[in-house]
Amino acid sequence: MFLEAHHITKRYANHTALNDVSIQVPRGKVFGLLGPNGAGKTTLIRIINRITAPDEGEVIFDGHPFCAEDVARIGYLPEERGLYRKMKVGEQAIYLARLKGLGHLEAKSRLQEWFERLDIMPWWDKKLEELSKGMQQKVQFVITVLHRPPLLIFDEPFSGFDPVNAELLKAEILKLRDEGHTIIYSTHNMASVEDVCDNIALIDHSRVVLQGPVDEVKRQFADGRCCLRAIGPREVLEQMATTLPEATLTEVLPSMNEVFLKAVGQ
Amino acid sequence: MQSKILIVIGREYTTRVRKKSFIILTVLMPFLIAALVALPLLLGMIKDSEAKTVAVVDSTHRYESLFKDTPPYRFVVAARMDSTFRKEGSDVQAVVVISGDLARDPSAAAIYSREEVQIDLRHTVENILNEQIRRDKLAAYQVPELDAIISDVEQDFSIQTRKWSDDGTESESSIDLAMGLGLLFTMLIYMFVMSYGSMVMQGVMEEKTNRIMEVMVSSVRPFQLMMGKIIGVMLVGLTQIAIWGVMLALIFAGVAFASGGSVADALGQAAGDPAAVVAGAAQGNPAAASSDAIVAAGTTVVQNGGLAGNLLIDIPVGEIALMFVLCFLGGYLLYASIFAACGAAVNSQEDSSQFVMPLVIVMIFALYAALGSIENTNGPLAFWTSLIPFTSPIVMMLRVPFNIPLWQEVLSLGILFATDLLFVWIGARIYRVGILMYGKKPTMRELWKWLRFS
Repeated sequence: MFLEAHHITKRYANHTALNDVSIQVPRGKVFGLLGPNGAGKTTLIRIINRITAPDEGEVIFDGHPFCAEDVARIGYLPEERGLYRKMKVGEQAIYLARLKGLGHLEAKSRLQEWFERLDIMPWWDKKLEELSKGMQQKVQFVITVLHRPPLLIFDEPFSGFDPVNAELLKAEILKLRDEGHTIIYSTHNMASVEDVCDNIALIDHSRVVLQGPVDEVKRQFADGRCCLRAIGPREVLEQMATTLPEATLTEVLPSMNEVFLKAVGQ
Repeated sequence: MQSKILIVIGREYTTRVRKKSFIILTVLMPFLIAALVALPLLLGMIKDSEAKTVAVVDSTHRYESLFKDTPPYRFVVAARMDSTFRKEGSDVQAVVVISGDLARDPSAAAIYSREEVQIDLRHTVENILNEQIRRDKLAAYQVPELDAIISDVEQDFSIQTRKWSDDGTESESSIDLAMGLGLLFTMLIYMFVMSYGSMVMQGVMEEKTNRIMEVMVSSVRPFQLMMGKIIGVMLVGLTQIAIWGVMLALIFAGVAFASGGSVADALGQAAGDPAAVVAGAAQGNPAAASSDAIVAAGTTVVQNGGLAGNLLIDIPVGEIALMFVLCFLGGYLLYASIFAACGAAVNSQEDSSQFVMPLVIVMIFALYAALGSIENTNGPLAFWTSLIPFTSPIVMMLRVPFNIPLWQEVLSLGILFATDLLFVWIGARIYRVGILMYGKKPTMRELWKWLRFS
């Protein structure tokens, strides 16, 4: 386990944000932190980032109790994106990278590589406020991962992206995982979870209600029904369908997501 | 860790110094101030051109010859009250009617006008008539050689001021020049502390509302960020002071070069008549120098730059410059750390006014204390407010040109910088909690809690 949270409780004046929450994040995997709005995901992330302190419980980071120096080994992409609006993109990225301990030249060459790859190099000398929301998010994503921290935390990284760019970013996240980064991915958008996550924890009403590898979790909720898909002439399949009670045959259509990808992706 | 503060300082400094608004303001501000001084004078000149006509109807014919044209008013003598005066569109703005001997019957004069009578006109007329009434009454006592007596009595007297320096030698002191410089630097330090302090707050609030802090918290400690910002903005302020200092020196050098005299020459003229009076006195003229003598002395000063130069020796120019920089640093650090804490505690621009208001009130109080102590720069008000840290940088600048004792300056700065340390510490604690706290505006009690427990 790369990161463990044991019995975390966090209370605010009028409500309990987290109630005895424990999670285990395996090394080198994508860990999905799921849950509806206001369930406590962001509070947990803020505790892992040491932005707030828990009232009870402890965090174990890479085998030792969490300490202040460990935050330098975390890259965090917050849900509400924050950058200097009036500052030029490239300059700003170099500034933040230098604060994370990179040298000026090192930061610049890494940034240029990333900017080329994500197709935002033309925006290098523009002020951030001139960029679209998606562009700004790409910039922030690059800044988050640039110093190659072992733990990456993405809070709703795909909100505001069109499917093409979401797909691009998804591929980058999986690539980062394959390079050995541990990733915590927080979302309430279930569609992307299956593609990206290896393990998940589902938080609802301040408690963990479900936890484990994605396959196992899905199996827990299986009700024994199977779906038959076959390829063949329509008459034969209709014949087969009549042999099963309650069988219905539906034509397989691409999802709108796939339609969009095919139409725009070329 | 140390280098991270440097990186933050670098950003705060360069982004601000490169701004067009900073460059333009820095270059234009001295001219703007000069324009602000010159504008009222120019407006005063405009008033001259449109003199208003006032008719004088004097049935006694004793007073009408006294009304000489003054810049704003042109007096014409009319034989009798004409009904056309009343009509709209008449050239005549007002009519002064005198119907009897004013020495005996003060109510025998009145001003008629279609609009409200201007106080200025009333005073002008009153002064003219008063003078004559006084002379008439004096004449009634039948004193021989009255005119000679009156002209002897009516001498203007102005005292010369001299100051003993530490080794006991005498020097002419120039109170007016010192006063002018004191006021100028008091206003400047107020402006600087205020504008650069709130610049810090704006920066902190930007970081908070944009949530930049959440990204940065993993790489920088809040204290580094706060100090980086405060120091960065401070360097911007020092840069501006340095540029203005150089500009000022160049302007004076230019003026001195153009007039062929010394820098002191130009300053001596700027100090105006009072300096000339002193210079005149120094030349051995009797204290009872008439106004003609003052003008003559003034021209001598212009011709003889060395004399005015003596005046400047008495003004501690280097000391003023050094104290200005130190007072700016001390006052700025104090207010900027409070401003930074305020910026971190609030969530929006609107909420900030509640925290800023008390600060502004304290600063305005300091300004009034400075203005109030200008008549007596060594009085208790001046002394105490130049020691109390919140008012001291502003009031102290007023006193420095008056050659106050060194121990007072050192004590004042010592107290100021000690208070700075305390408030940087307090500010940092509030900042650290506040910058990452979102939601409702914190109450004073919550701020106290942050201070104690964080």
